[in-house]
Amino acid sequence: MELTKIEQLLEKYFEATTTVAEEKTLKAYFSSNDVAGHLKAYEPIFVQLTKAKNETFTKRVPLKSKNNLYKWMSVAAAITLLFGVYFLQPTNETLETEYTQEEIASAKEALKLLAFNFDKGSQQITHLQEFEKNTNKFLK
Amino acid sequence: MPFKDKLFRLAKRLLVSTEEAEDATQEILLKLWSKNNKIENYKNVEAFAMTMTKNFCLDRLKSKQAGNLKLVHSNYADENSSLQNHLEAKDSIGWVARIMEDLPQQQKMVLQLRDVEEYDYDEIAVMLDMQPTAIRVALSRARKTVRDKLLEKHSYGIN
Repeated sequence: MELTKIEQLLEKYFEATTTVAEEKTLKAYFSSNDVAGHLKAYEPIFVQLTKAKNETFTKRVPLKSKNNLYKWMSVAAAITLLFGVYFLQPTNETLETEYTQEEIASAKEALKLLAFNFDKGSQQITHLQEFEKNTNKFLK
Repeated sequence: MPFKDKLFRLAKRLLVSTEEAEDATQEILLKLWSKNNKIENYKNVEAFAMTMTKNFCLDRLKSKQAGNLKLVHSNYADENSSLQNHLEAKDSIGWVARIMEDLPQQQKMVLQLRDVEEYDYDEIAVMLDMQPTAIRVALSRARKTVRDKLLEKHSYGIN
């Protein structure tokens, strides 16, 4: 590279009229080891500019995976809910389909008997209540 | 993201502190990520990201938080200034970095985008929302300031 050309480029460089390509030749010239003595003073500028470009961003960017987790959890919850409703439905079937008429009739009879006896039991309780009232009278 | 290093370097040029620049870059990348769908509508994603970084960093510098940080930073620098001076006097490359830190924000950005990242004037005009002639003026000023201050240091060193 001719020295005069470099000097011209330098002058243009400080007037900010150089092109990107010309600036690259300047950087290349000053990164080489044979820089002319009177231009040595400018060397650090171009070395620093070249060096500055080598710095890289090394920090890892934490992407918001939490948000995604919540989304998937809500989807899973919705699915389990649907399954639950679906599997609970058969228990609501009518009695007629599950049992024969006779079975239902006997069950009804048994329940009637139970109700009758239950009534008896509750009548006895009214007696008891009466008894309690009277004893309370005496105790007072 | 292919230009994340460029964003980081611009952020660092403006915020000086590496940690701050990393946080800023992370923030910008997350913002870009969240706008993933809309991003195709922009003509030049890289320029858009650069503008975002610029605005974000300038906001940070204005905000109180950054003010606190700056205070801490300068305190730190003061304690070790003599040691740093000793080291950097021998290291004129470090001086150039120091001088670049002291430039006005606009000149810093222009110098970073042009001389480090090697963008065209038109691209820088889009990123910084400036006229190309204004960029040229700012760039020339920045380069001359760096040169003059560096030569000053050199002659000081010799004397």
